[in-house]
Amino acid sequence: MLQLEIWRGGATGGFRTYRIPLREAQTVLDAVTEVQRTQDATLAYRFSCRVGMCGSCAMMVNDRPRWTCRTRVAAVAPRGRLRLGPLRHLPVVKDLVVDMAPFFAKWQRAHGRFDPGPEPASEFARVPPGEPERRAADAGIECIGCGICYAACDVVGWTPDYLGPAALNRAWTLVNDARDRGGTARLDAVAQSGGCQNCHSHMACSETCPKGIAPTYAIAGLKRLAMRAALGMRR
Amino acid sequence: MNPALLLASRLSALILAVAVAVHLAVIIHAVRNGLTASALLARTEGNWAFLIFYCIFVLAAAVHAPIGLRLVLSEWFGWEGRLADRLLVAFAILLAALGLRAALAVFLA
Amino acid sequence: MSGALVSRARRHPGLPASVLHRVSGIALALFLPAHFIALGLALSGAPALERFLELTENPLMRTLEAGLVGALALHLACGLRVLVIELLDFRERTAASVALCVGLGLFVGLLYALSVP
Repeated sequence: MLQLEIWRGGATGGFRTYRIPLREAQTVLDAVTEVQRTQDATLAYRFSCRVGMCGSCAMMVNDRPRWTCRTRVAAVAPRGRLRLGPLRHLPVVKDLVVDMAPFFAKWQRAHGRFDPGPEPASEFARVPPGEPERRAADAGIECIGCGICYAACDVVGWTPDYLGPAALNRAWTLVNDARDRGGTARLDAVAQSGGCQNCHSHMACSETCPKGIAPTYAIAGLKRLAMRAALGMRR
Repeated sequence: MNPALLLASRLSALILAVAVAVHLAVIIHAVRNGLTASALLARTEGNWAFLIFYCIFVLAAAVHAPIGLRLVLSEWFGWEGRLADRLLVAFAILLAALGLRAALAVFLA
Repeated sequence: MSGALVSRARRHPGLPASVLHRVSGIALALFLPAHFIALGLALSGAPALERFLELTENPLMRTLEAGLVGALALHLACGLRVLVIELLDFRERTAASVALCVGLGLFVGLLYALSVP
């Protein structure tokens, strides 16, 4: 049997225990779904693609943020026990569902959006794929905004203002995008209070990202840019 | 933390990386060779290279430590603002003053 | 509970590294004024400094001293780790680099403790 302790409630609540059969090749998503469909229809949780593309199913599995659709029960519950909770650092809507609005609000605060500039470009940008800036951008553009890095980050827990690894990683990809015109406004945005300088290189984000992105190094790049700007050096 | 403080913290860290490595080597050497205080003072007295080195060391530490403390106070104790900053500047000045005095003391000994 | 903390520290070594870096930094910052004042005693001549240093020749003080020397080495090592990540884009294996940093701190602290007369 598989024993699951699942968070029920909102900001306050408690863990409730459920038991389901242990099945071959079961994923954590399979397990949660079985609980909800056969034992407790009031359990709230999210999923969508169930094949590791959308990131909707992210939640805390044994205190580590993971995609439940890509997490085998056998790999994380060797003694047949699982603890499931909502993603950390985000307001809990109900049970395993969190409000992602603050996460995306920080993307906007970090200027994590493409800026085409005041006028349309008169010609196509020529961007050799092997160019260092393009490779730096490519290293981070696969982010799907699942929130796992944000949930894993200790500094997000310590400093509510901290923009977080995902927002800063996105900003870094745009800083390195030859077509983007975000310029100094974005550099100011990522170096504001709660910006890149608050990262302490704990590596939680880089260790937990299911896409293999390493936001720590994107943030380090932003720090270098911020320090060069403080020295009066233009990018 | 802002970019200017980040820069000051990292630049002072680079200076301190060298200074601390040297300082630790001196400490271990002194302790393993049983050097007494007067033996050490004999080496520092009138030694300009020593004085310059340790003055730079002190000033780098006086910049580096308060910036680090500012971060800890903010993140772990939730204390930030003008009063905190003024106290930290006072601490920086204290460290610089006491440190330069100490360097001078063993130079003049 | 402590088992969970240890397990978390093991899987996420960057956090205890950061905490050790921070705590050692605080200890050193608090120690520095005392260190400078003690050295300043040399202004009253070497004997004044030597008399003060005799006060530190007991097991408790020696242990604290070794702790501070170790803390200095630890803070340096963890700081260098941060600097190479930030400035040199060094792609580390976190467990290995953290183990190295803590190891260096312990090495220097122990060497001091075992060498002091």
